[in-house]
Amino acid sequence: MPEEYIPIVLILLCALAFGMVAVWLSRILGPRRDYPEKLTTYESGVEPVRTAHERFSVKYYMVAVLFILFDIEVVFIYPWAVRYRALGWYGLIEMVVFIGILLAGYIYILKKEALKWD
Amino acid sequence: MDAVGVLIALLKIVVLFAVVLLTVAELVYFERKISAWIQNRIGPNRVGPAGLLQPYADVLKLLMKEDVVPAAANRFLHALAPVVSISIALAALAVVPIAGSPVTLFGRSVIPVIADIDVGVLYILALSSMGVYGLTIGGWASNNKYSLLGGLRSSAQMISYELSMGLSLIGVVMITGSLRLDEIVRHQAGWMWNIVLQPIGFVTFLIAAFAETNRLPFDLPEAEHELVGGYHTEYSSFKFALFYLAEYANMITASAVIATLYLGGWQVPGLSRLGLSTGAEIAMQIGAFLAKTAAMLFFFQWVRWSIPRFRYDQLMNLGWKVMFPAALANIVLTALVLLFVE
Repeated sequence: MPEEYIPIVLILLCALAFGMVAVWLSRILGPRRDYPEKLTTYESGVEPVRTAHERFSVKYYMVAVLFILFDIEVVFIYPWAVRYRALGWYGLIEMVVFIGILLAGYIYILKKEALKWD
Repeated sequence: MDAVGVLIALLKIVVLFAVVLLTVAELVYFERKISAWIQNRIGPNRVGPAGLLQPYADVLKLLMKEDVVPAAANRFLHALAPVVSISIALAALAVVPIAGSPVTLFGRSVIPVIADIDVGVLYILALSSMGVYGLTIGGWASNNKYSLLGGLRSSAQMISYELSMGLSLIGVVMITGSLRLDEIVRHQAGWMWNIVLQPIGFVTFLIAAFAETNRLPFDLPEAEHELVGGYHTEYSSFKFALFYLAEYANMITASAVIATLYLGGWQVPGLSRLGLSTGAEIAMQIGAFLAKTAAMLFFFQWVRWSIPRFRYDQLMNLGWKVMFPAALANIVLTALVLLFVE
């Protein structure tokens, strides 16, 4: 039923409007006394070396790629879970095979130490 | 849906926002009072009776402060990040039902939830994973190394724990056979709450909820001792307040969702035997839902002031090597038990 989703659209629009009005209010209500020293990065702290937009650790990419892999599996399990009572033993065996393949990949990742942080 | 229906929906949204924002304000006050109580201090007691107006004073002060945007920052993304954070935190509560039966308002029956959609669980999971964008964009846009590290950490942490969060919920879905929150609550009549049927799932979901809301012991994106303030180091004025609001609003959402999915939501055991009128029954149900949510909120504060912060490698190990297998095992266990019981 698409009609049930109208309130979802409404609440997303209202929440967005609230956030934008709040940011706009903070811009017009506060004083503005800018000068170049105040606008430096990490003002009053250690002087930054170069910019922050450089290369960062590959481990974050690893986690993101693994997340996509496993999260898609989770999405596949949801429709199965809704219909589980109707599927019975057949559903259980199918899902044990599916999770088994998932686990094989998981053990491979652990053995490759892709998730090692140090 | 006609004009009156849209109007009623808007009214409910305004009421929800007002309740959430007022609760956030009092939550900040109670957090400071509880921390003071645990650390044997007095806490805020100057503004208003017993310090109750302290959070409003803080908000007004932040509104009146100068909004400093560093020259090296990306101005558009720097302003976008707090908007994303707060709007997602506010919108997530749309599918949580607060009572069992509709009320009559303006001569038509009004459901006690903003949107009664059949994929409520997926909606909550989707919005809670969208929350990571606010922190990551904010960390990137500030062009400060501390902020960037905070943003990266938060994205890695939240996606890791989202996995176990999604997997722990599957047990509940299997028992109920529906993704609609209203049906999940109805299925927990009497004392058969999901916390009894799904003890492992409850614990993994609870831990994942702490990580998703960036609360201690998992508040590594902020980690003031090593990252100064993490993603909000370069934020000031009301933009900073919006991140703060979003964090507390997320905590309210997490508590309400845990109360709904595992603690029976609006269910009051034995309520139908009292023979109350429909109005009194609805009032009792709303009261029960609010009391369960408040209990979970107190639990969040209690843990924050009792357990020290994890190290980052400990956090990732817990997420991938303990929570993920435990949540998977919970699915297989639930499947076997369901087959043998029926």
